[in-house]
Amino acid sequence: MEIAFYLSSLVAVLATIGVITGTSPVHAVVYLIVSLIAVAMVFFALGAPFAGALEIIVYAGAIMVLFVFVVMMLNLRPDADRELTWTHPRYWLGPSLLALVLLGALLALLRQGGVSELIDGELLTARAVGLTLFGPWLMVVELAAILLLAALVTASHVGRRRNPLRNTENRGGSP
Amino acid sequence: MMATPVVLSFLLPLIGTLVLAFSGGRLGARASSVIGVGSVGLAALATLWAVLSHTGDREVITLWTWIAVGDFRPTIGLAVDGLALVMMSVITGVGFLIHLFAAWYMTGEAGITRFYAWMNLFVFSMMLLVLGDNLLLLFLGWEGVGLCSYGLIGYYYHGLANARAAFKAFVVTRIGDVFLALGLFLVFMELGTLDIATVLARAPELWEQGSATASLAALLVLGGALGKSAQVPLHTWLPDAMAGPTPVSALIHAATMVTAGVYLIARLNGLFLLAPDVMLLVGVIGAVSLLLAAFAALAQTDIKRVLAYSTMSQIGYMFLALGVGAFDAAIFHLVTHAFFKALLFLSAGAVIISCHHEQDMGKLGGLWRRLPVAYGGFLVGGAALVALPLITAGFFSKDEILWQAMAADQTGLLIAGLLGAVLTGLYTVRLILGTFHGEPGSDHARHPEPGTSLLTHHLPLVVLAVLSTFIGAWLYPGLGGLFPEVPGDTTDAGHTLLQVLAMGAAIAGLALAGWLFLVRRQWLDDIASRGAGARLWTLWHHAWGFDALFDRVLVRPWQWSVRMLRFDFINMIMNLPALIARVFNAGLVRSQNGRTRSYAVVMVFGATVILLALALVPGGGS
Amino acid sequence: MNGIPMEHGLILASILFSLGLAGLMLRRSMLFVLMSLEVMLNAAALAFVVGATAWNQPDGQAMFLLVITLAAAEAAVGLALMIQLYQRFRSLDLDAASRMRG
Repeated sequence: MEIAFYLSSLVAVLATIGVITGTSPVHAVVYLIVSLIAVAMVFFALGAPFAGALEIIVYAGAIMVLFVFVVMMLNLRPDADRELTWTHPRYWLGPSLLALVLLGALLALLRQGGVSELIDGELLTARAVGLTLFGPWLMVVELAAILLLAALVTASHVGRRRNPLRNTENRGGSP
Repeated sequence: MMATPVVLSFLLPLIGTLVLAFSGGRLGARASSVIGVGSVGLAALATLWAVLSHTGDREVITLWTWIAVGDFRPTIGLAVDGLALVMMSVITGVGFLIHLFAAWYMTGEAGITRFYAWMNLFVFSMMLLVLGDNLLLLFLGWEGVGLCSYGLIGYYYHGLANARAAFKAFVVTRIGDVFLALGLFLVFMELGTLDIATVLARAPELWEQGSATASLAALLVLGGALGKSAQVPLHTWLPDAMAGPTPVSALIHAATMVTAGVYLIARLNGLFLLAPDVMLLVGVIGAVSLLLAAFAALAQTDIKRVLAYSTMSQIGYMFLALGVGAFDAAIFHLVTHAFFKALLFLSAGAVIISCHHEQDMGKLGGLWRRLPVAYGGFLVGGAALVALPLITAGFFSKDEILWQAMAADQTGLLIAGLLGAVLTGLYTVRLILGTFHGEPGSDHARHPEPGTSLLTHHLPLVVLAVLSTFIGAWLYPGLGGLFPEVPGDTTDAGHTLLQVLAMGAAIAGLALAGWLFLVRRQWLDDIASRGAGARLWTLWHHAWGFDALFDRVLVRPWQWSVRMLRFDFINMIMNLPALIARVFNAGLVRSQNGRTRSYAVVMVFGATVILLALALVPGGGS
Repeated sequence: MNGIPMEHGLILASILFSLGLAGLMLRRSMLFVLMSLEVMLNAAALAFVVGATAWNQPDGQAMFLLVITLAAAEAAVGLALMIQLYQRFRSLDLDAASRMRG
């Protein structure tokens, strides 16, 4: 059980590093999918199969596929010239250090917090989750539905191919 | 009993002003003239009604209480006695004739509504001045006439010189107004009231004859009177005020506003009688102004400026009378002067308009045949000004003044008055000869267009001419009962001698003028163009250099000090917060670079700081 | 079999979160920014599930459901905006969209 956990976490971290340092969009998407599947493995190892299944189906299966669709639609190529510029330490040193400091702070807080539970892998069934969702957490379901509706309307409006503003903008700048 | 006519006469010009001012340009020239002239005309009728129903007692009509603070309760009250009625008659009567003439004078000018609105407001303010039963209301009217004078002198406001003249008039009279205000403060502080009757009753009780307080109060009031009446040293505004339309000069700067100072001193006669030194000063100032202005009038080339200096000179006579305690004589001369000076100004206006706004005597001439009515006006008015014996009103009033001066043993003032009479003859003859006789000096003078309207051109001039004769003197009711007695009232010894002297002076002046200007003209021109004569002529032309003196002594140092004080250290300290804000602004604007990434970095930085603080501060872990 | 300490799960979540944050700050292309956002959301969801399994409560997993819904909605809208950005500027460079400067 523990081996699965630690192995999957290693894979997840390495894949995520691959996402943020890649140049090709498609490669980065694939790396992200690997990272998500690794996290799903972690869920399984912890004893939350329902969460793991959801992670693969919804996150890796739907959202990432959406990313792939968009990449294909916009026909994105790897950005070659820009890569030559930001490998210079001047560009990535500052933010990286900042993220590192943030990580350090988080870890220090964790140590202080003193959580010392042990996860023993007891299964948390879908049944229990379902009872919670249709019981005391009903509002969450409703809210999620409204959120999805809003996102649907927004995305369909914003993502229109024919931009009405384009006719009133200056013609120089777009072919 | 007299409330209705007095209140009507008081309010009608105000109604006229309000209607004209709020008409917003919707009234045409004709309607504005009718309203403007009509309101003053009706006020004149109401005044006549009030005069006819006057019983001889002083009546106070209180309209309402203006301020009520503790013991200080000035009211909007109208005090009607003989003096007030005389002043009212002059204001509305002569004012009506002038308004009527202005309807002819101002035909074709732009902004007639504005003109009549100002004129009516002026009449109302002047009524307020003469009718006020307390000094605060009088001061309100005082300021009101100053404002209207400014508005009317600067009537042709497109010309910079006109605006400057209006400004000069306002500022110089303002200096006088400050003195008057200080005097009112002193009176209130010492006597506890501003009601005129109470002041005149209390002053002799609380102040001794010749005490410092009384002298100071009288001196301050005199300062105010000097400004409004254009006496030395606050006289420099009057000649420049001729930049306004001629009816304005006639009404404000001849008949009414400039006589407000005389009225003020006459009204507060009790106060002045407590300070004999100040009364002497009044007389001396009157004599000095009299002579100074007469010499200046001799050397002017503009018709209206001659008349302006003549006005200043005649008011000097009134001040002279006030100085010897002859208040009745001063008011008498005020009334007759109003008649003949208005006549002179209106006739001058007739000449000016007929010759297309030509005012320089050098460019006029030879008009006596072509402008008969104006010529007649000048003759009659000039005769009254010179005080031609027995047939003119001016003779009676000027004679009265000189007699009172003699009876009070003021020989110096008497000699000044007689010399002034001679000079008056000189400049009047010069004025008439230069304007109407000789060769025409320009095309405008060769082809003048005389006024033909019976109602608005001939009528005012004829009526004023009639009033300038002995009929005007006969109409004047003696106000002796209102004022304390003077030596000249009781004795009559030497009166005949004086009358002969006065007549002699007038005729001598005329004869001298005739000889110099007709017979020895060439000799006179030679003297005036060379050496000492030319310098004297220039000095008199600039009225003894008062303008230059004031410029050197007052104006330039003031401007210098303003320039020196422009650098304000405290101001820099005040600007410091603004400077700091601007520096911060410039710095912070740089952080708004519109890039999402940098905003994200800043947010993460903030989150990091908070988390670090939570982590490192002991006990803040949860 | 011993249990996995809850701490380790949360440490994993923190590491993934910081990586996502670094990616957000470092990358200029909007696609990568969106992907970094997904990584961060995923890390938060992981923390929820770790808590749920540690204390044996299904509430954490219900929350996880909400987080996923949120991620989906955000991805949809973000991608629509990215399409608009691409159509406007012909590239995905976020720094090009800086008209709000000053």
